[in-house]
Amino acid sequence: MDAQISVRDIVKVYPNGVVANKKVSLDIQEKTIHAIVGENGAGKTTLTKILFGLELPQEGEIFVKGKKVHFRSPIDAIKMGIGMVHQHFMLAENLTVFENLILGIEPTKFKIFLDKKTAKEKILKYIEKYKIDIPLEKKIKELPIGVKQRVEIFKALLRDVDILILDEPTAVLTPQEAEVLFESLRELKNQGETIIFISHKLKEIKAIADVITIMRDGRVISTNSNEELTQHDIARLMVGREVSFERVEEPKEIGKVVLTVKNLTYTNSERIKVLKNINFEVREGEIVGIAGVEGNGQTELVELITGLKTPTEGEIRLFDENISGKSVREIRTRGLVHIPEDRMKNGVAEKAKLKENLISDRYYKPPFSNKGALNYNYIDSEANRLVKDFNIITQSIENPVSSLSGGNIQKVIVTRELSSNPKVIIASQPARGIDVGSEELVHNFIKEARDKKCAVLLVSADLDEILKLSTRVLVIYNGEIVKSFNEVSTLRAEDLGPYMLGVKRGD
Amino acid sequence: MDPFLKSILSTSFLFSVLRVATPIIFPALGVAISALSGSVNIALEGIMLVSAFTGVVVSAYTQNLWISLFSAILAGVFIALLLGYFSLKLKADIILAAIALNLFSSSITVFLLYIIAHDKGVSSSLKSLVFPSVKFAFLEKIPILSGIFNNQNILVYIAFLSVFVYYLIVFHTPLGLKIRAVGQNPEAASSVGVDVVKIKLYALILSGVFGALGGVYLSMGYVSWFGRDMTAGRGFIAIAASSIGGNLPLGTFFGSFLFGVVYALTNFLAPLNIPSEIIQVIPYIVTIIVLTFYSARVSKEKEVGEE
Ligand SMILES: Nc1ncnc2c1ncn2[C@@H]1O[C@H](COP(=O)(O)OP(=O)(O)OP(=O)(O)O)[C@@H](O)[C@H]1O
Ligand SMILES: [Mg+2]
Repeated sequence: MDAQISVRDIVKVYPNGVVANKKVSLDIQEKTIHAIVGENGAGKTTLTKILFGLELPQEGEIFVKGKKVHFRSPIDAIKMGIGMVHQHFMLAENLTVFENLILGIEPTKFKIFLDKKTAKEKILKYIEKYKIDIPLEKKIKELPIGVKQRVEIFKALLRDVDILILDEPTAVLTPQEAEVLFESLRELKNQGETIIFISHKLKEIKAIADVITIMRDGRVISTNSNEELTQHDIARLMVGREVSFERVEEPKEIGKVVLTVKNLTYTNSERIKVLKNINFEVREGEIVGIAGVEGNGQTELVELITGLKTPTEGEIRLFDENISGKSVREIRTRGLVHIPEDRMKNGVAEKAKLKENLISDRYYKPPFSNKGALNYNYIDSEANRLVKDFNIITQSIENPVSSLSGGNIQKVIVTRELSSNPKVIIASQPARGIDVGSEELVHNFIKEARDKKCAVLLVSADLDEILKLSTRVLVIYNGEIVKSFNEVSTLRAEDLGPYMLGVKRGD
Repeated sequence: MDPFLKSILSTSFLFSVLRVATPIIFPALGVAISALSGSVNIALEGIMLVSAFTGVVVSAYTQNLWISLFSAILAGVFIALLLGYFSLKLKADIILAAIALNLFSSSITVFLLYIIAHDKGVSSSLKSLVFPSVKFAFLEKIPILSGIFNNQNILVYIAFLSVFVYYLIVFHTPLGLKIRAVGQNPEAASSVGVDVVKIKLYALILSGVFGALGGVYLSMGYVSWFGRDMTAGRGFIAIAASSIGGNLPLGTFFGSFLFGVVYALTNFLAPLNIPSEIIQVIPYIVTIIVLTFYSARVSKEKEVGEE
């Protein structure tokens, strides 16, 4: 068997001096699903970007299908049959799904005109083949994040590549959607494709990978076949210690109601009722999990509670005060914090410095600012403290957030939101794209907040996360709460599935 | 009826609206296509000037309309390519590069005009050509439409056609799709193998072609001579016109049409007893007002959209 891709002694130094790959060597065999796992910032994305021609390495050699290559841009990589699904979306927001899909592979009529018909036929054929459901005529910006991810994956499949790189493709997918993706990937492998797969969800890795490479701190530390490792082995090798996947212990004391959502209805700009008469309460010291397939109204629910949108009907009460229609700042000053689902869009200012992002919710308060002037001595010391406490991997607090690895960007948001002594936490998939070690850390922070009488609303498509943290679970389907479970310790993912898919509903 | 109102409601008024809108439609399309690709192109002023000048001079020497049109387009594209070279290759700020090119175009045309025509103001000593007007027999019979649309300069019709061509390019060719993608998310475009710099350059070249047509119309249709700085800010007004129209084909057309109305009005107001300085300033005041309202609307929409 010949290696489809061979990487030899790759060294990548970013302009800011970070050495992201330190002599990485790796062989990827033909017709295998090769998983790469590792902590946030281990250098996984960097390695795949090099393989796709997006970053140039300083040292080392790459061989693809036995040929030595020097990729200068993705065009070269695409020519060698490599396709990639990026960790952060590569989609033009104002173009339609259809336009994004055909970009770069447009069929033509009379040599100059777009042949939309042929393009559509091909897309429909692939939609049927891979059973991926996407709205072709909608603009990307109208889509919920899970659907955007599907578009990204489909875009790569449409390109008939024979080496497919997937950088955390499942971070925002539900288990059901992930399962569909895995079916397609296995099918692709049988057809002779080589797949490189990055994920922090070890269960997925175990389920799909043939070979597992573990990276740590810019180096490859091991490559094994799947059978040789258990989930716990992988976690231990990755972070260098034991990691717990156990459910957190039950809260000791549940207090008074803090957040009340009453008859909440929301009709969006397309006149679609995305939330229908939602009612629930969250009390001090409990974590209420909202489980649901992406796109069933949870995005809007969170945006309504956090003040990003105004309800069409109904009330949101925080400490016995109606907050619907209040500004984000007004709501935040009452002790509510928000970890948003789309970290790049609502979570950080990408080009701003790490330290600026860490204080963007409190910069105006003393001692962060003083009579209208920012107090940088204090800001710097605070930022450094937070970076240390929350284990954000970065060279310096002066770096722009965009230079951090995906998981570390997520940690920046979690750190900012949880470090302000919140009374209510609204968290959308807080551990999205975070490695198992840091996930444990984030979950512990949320649990500690809960034990300090914080009320937590946890929205997640990741059922493991829901089942690990929640005190109670509500299932949302098609804009309605269709079921609530008050006893979570005995609940299994399979019990939630039928409700999430709308097959069953409770009373 | 009031004589002024009467003159505005006449077909000759609308006729002249089309006439004066044409040198805005062309550069507005040029601004729009580069805006779609993500470049703010404020060099249309310079592109038009150089093309207007080239057209006049070449036609005076060759006495051939096609050769002069072709050379004028080449000249316009040349300026656009310079802009591309500075901003895309040398990574200079595109606004600064365009300002430099506008200044350069303004002075080089006067300089060459002096060498060739021995005049620093107008080219009237050169025997240059003009593009013909066209008479459509089928329109003759239709009373009002004929008065408005018939007997216009051929370049006026080409301006209409250009709006359609612009539409075809933007929405029905791979190039148009790539231009829009590059303008919105260059990283995404390059990740599927689109050469971002090349596409931006193509968009600039197209804006050079549109701008050149505008320039040619000014000096070889609208009037029959080249005059120093004869574009008189139309390259900037084109920016307003295309942004009113959101860089879309019909929108850009109507934006330009609106300014055509304003210009025509100022022409019709001229005989009245109003100081000419005030009349001449009207188009610019309208630009400011329109752009203010327009950008207020856009930012409001943005707020709503991102709510
Ligand atoms: N554009 C950049 N400029 C500077 N440094 C960067 C850049 N991109 C990544 N880095 C740094 O390189 C290191 C490796 O990052 P990389 O994105 O490859 O990690 P990763 O393994 O993909 O992590 P994650 O699981 O969080 O996505 C990190 O320390 C990161 O801060
Ligand atoms: Mg990564």
